[in-house]
Amino acid sequence: MNSLALVLTVFVACAVEAVEALTIVLAAGLTREWRSTFQGMAAALVVLAAIVAAVGPALTLVPLTGLRLVVGALLAVFGLQWLRKAILRASGYKDLHDEGAIYARQVTAAQAAAGGSRRGVRDWYAFTLSFKGVLLEGLEVVFIAITFGGNQQNLGLAAAGAVAAVVVVAAVGIAVRAPLSRVPENTMKFAVGVMLTSFGVFWGAEGAGVSWPGNDAALLAIVPLMALTGLGYTALLRRTHATAAQAGPGTVRPVEGSTV
Amino acid sequence: MTRWLRSFGAFWYDFVIGDDWRGAAVVALALAATALLVHVASVNAWWLLPVCVIAALGWSLRRATARKP
Repeated sequence: MNSLALVLTVFVACAVEAVEALTIVLAAGLTREWRSTFQGMAAALVVLAAIVAAVGPALTLVPLTGLRLVVGALLAVFGLQWLRKAILRASGYKDLHDEGAIYARQVTAAQAAAGGSRRGVRDWYAFTLSFKGVLLEGLEVVFIAITFGGNQQNLGLAAAGAVAAVVVVAAVGIAVRAPLSRVPENTMKFAVGVMLTSFGVFWGAEGAGVSWPGNDAALLAIVPLMALTGLGYTALLRRTHATAAQAGPGTVRPVEGSTV
Repeated sequence: MTRWLRSFGAFWYDFVIGDDWRGAAVVALALAATALLVHVASVNAWWLLPVCVIAALGWSLRRATARKP
């Protein structure tokens, strides 16, 4: 895999998660208190950095074949999750991730919550809301950056892609001071899902002992294959959804909820 | 402690496996079958995992969108 694909995949995945984290941080900061919100965010970033510092170097000690098998399997499973949700959202079976609506919900909850300081933090609610939001969204980014970077033995480049995305999203967030509801999150999730699944398939099979025809060039066939498969399933489900919707309300079964 | 362990496990299950465990099961089985074909039967089964992943995605989507009887 070339460096550009590594950076781009991590950058887009990180940007999606950073947009979601930004919504939570803005809700906490604007409705409660900025100092505690930043403390929560900083604490979460320290935990995430500690995870990278602990797991990243450990990955370099694992033999590459075993690493590719395990990481490939995890990436394929993880990528399938992203792809599945993106397809369900694009086809109308699941509501699109609406940052505006999520922001409004968080603001209502933050306004209703009681205040109070604890452990040296002025507003404990703002701290925990910000901490949890950044940590949970950040974990996915860390997982992707570590697995991609570890497999390519280039953790630095993966980390650079992740940091660049956070900086870009934070800069835009500071500029507009509002949730980034115009970001095409579902399209980005679809693209990341395709990349994760494709690289998961490639590395997983390689780890199982397969020799890909054309070696690394096989990815040039796997990525478009996964993308076309995803688009095909989306088109098929859109048609089914439209037909069911025409048959009347209540005929379309809502699918399970998720936060990814 | 038990409750903490349970919620810790539930978090990681949801994080990695997500809404449909069948996708993860198909990937694991396909990788095991690939390794067997390569190392035992000397078949370079590069095609098996992509086919299984595409089928697993379709299966999972079908289950998610199928109407209840």
